[in-house]
Amino acid sequence: MVRRLSVPVVAPVWAPVWALVWALVWAGAPVQAPAHAQDRFITLASTTSTDNSGLFAEILPRFQAQSGIAVRVVAVGTGQAIRLAERGDADVLLVHHKPSEEKFVADGFGLERHDVMYNDFVVVGPAADPAGIKGMVRAREAFAKIARGRHLFVSRGDNSGTHRAEQSIWRASGSDPAAGRGKWFREAGAGMGAALNTASGMNAYILTDRGTWTSFSNKGSFAVLVEGDPALFNQYGVIVVSPERHPHVKADAANLFVAWLTGAAGQAAIAAFRKRGRQLFTPNAKPSTGN
Amino acid sequence: MGQAFVLALQLIAALDAELLEIIARSFAVSLAAVAIAAAIGLPAGAALAVYRFPGRRAVIVLVNALMGLPPVFVGLLIYLFLSRAGPLGFLGLLFTPTAMIIAQAVLVTPIIVAICHRLTRDLYEEYRDQLCSFGARPHDAVRTILWDARVSLVTAVMAGFGRATAEVGAVLIVGGNIAGLTRVMTTTIALETSKGNLALALALGLILVLTAIGVNAVAMSLGGVSAYRRG
Repeated sequence: MVRRLSVPVVAPVWAPVWALVWALVWAGAPVQAPAHAQDRFITLASTTSTDNSGLFAEILPRFQAQSGIAVRVVAVGTGQAIRLAERGDADVLLVHHKPSEEKFVADGFGLERHDVMYNDFVVVGPAADPAGIKGMVRAREAFAKIARGRHLFVSRGDNSGTHRAEQSIWRASGSDPAAGRGKWFREAGAGMGAALNTASGMNAYILTDRGTWTSFSNKGSFAVLVEGDPALFNQYGVIVVSPERHPHVKADAANLFVAWLTGAAGQAAIAAFRKRGRQLFTPNAKPSTGN
Repeated sequence: MGQAFVLALQLIAALDAELLEIIARSFAVSLAAVAIAAAIGLPAGAALAVYRFPGRRAVIVLVNALMGLPPVFVGLLIYLFLSRAGPLGFLGLLFTPTAMIIAQAVLVTPIIVAICHRLTRDLYEEYRDQLCSFGARPHDAVRTILWDARVSLVTAVMAGFGRATAEVGAVLIVGGNIAGLTRVMTTTIALETSKGNLALALALGLILVLTAIGVNAVAMSLGGVSAYRRG
């Protein structure tokens, strides 16, 4: 059986294809429009812990209303956020691992570092608490007890600020979790929320920042077991990416943002942000930086 | 599960503005990516069926292997190109919908090439003698088999569209999941999961599935109408 042939088709094949391509490129244009219509935007590289808490959704519209500058938040772990900023893919950095932040500035990638706010880390786990760490004062002792009993522990394992904090507590605990890797020590390699889901699924202990924990909706039978240790202090800092290193960085707009965030209006907005009736972050910018 | 179904229905019924925007963005990005991939992939697939050149088999093997390109790998690759420190950094495309379109087009093109090649190969075998007797040159043959296979090629394009809308790894890296700019269905699902809003994430997933069913139904019925007309 021979099918009907249509050999000399020149236009019919290509015309619809190209018409479609152009139609769709133009259809896609409105998606892009805000980027061109409103050139005033900056890219903020920040952490999942701040973004997942809902803080940015609450305070950034206030900054935009005041300044006309939109802030585009890319929320990744602290380690990745710093790498993004080092490559010039962000204008501002807001993360929570002071040594890395200071190194970022010292290496010439950023301008001055400013304190913005703090909250604290907490150790959470199954309310039944098989390791018996509930109410312990020292996080490092709780970690040591978890390691001794080989109780399941989920580590962030992603070089985030929380992961770094976790590592320094492990070092202080005198126990080596690497020995339990793949057995009781489980590295999730994921963001805070995803790691909490993992821990909840495994009934494992985990270190989390209080902001993410408070706003997390899948707590199940989990509870806060250790809190209040000074070693669990969690400071956030903000740095404008150096325009000398990356000339395209919108340093003026970024400086305006940092001045707002560390100034009276931004600090008040942070203090006013509540989730489930709780204040999640305490502003602590130094007044000298707020102008 | 039941809670998620109810929530999905509520979200659809409420026509939540933010949700509609995210769905619209998912479609715009994926359609643009698929259009680009089809414009490249359909002629390339048919050409692979028609032209004979050294290394053709190797190209076919390669294209078939690339169908399984891991999205995170493509995302990372595109990120390194578009990053300010990368070769195309001056374009300032990172963390824009355009970057997401590029990443999805890279993922989808091999799928369309491979499926189109398979679909047109048999047709070309069938047509070859006749085309030769007309004295058709190879590029006429490419046009002819593409045109005559157009109904079944919808499958190739839909497979590509499915891959594009379902993919999360690449768009997360190059788009950054920025609210109101590069947040699409899949990245929203990942985000809501990480916030522990499992019911909402599941509801969004159901909406994604429903829209995929809708798009495929439309494509199938278009194909059906076309086949009927050809009689």
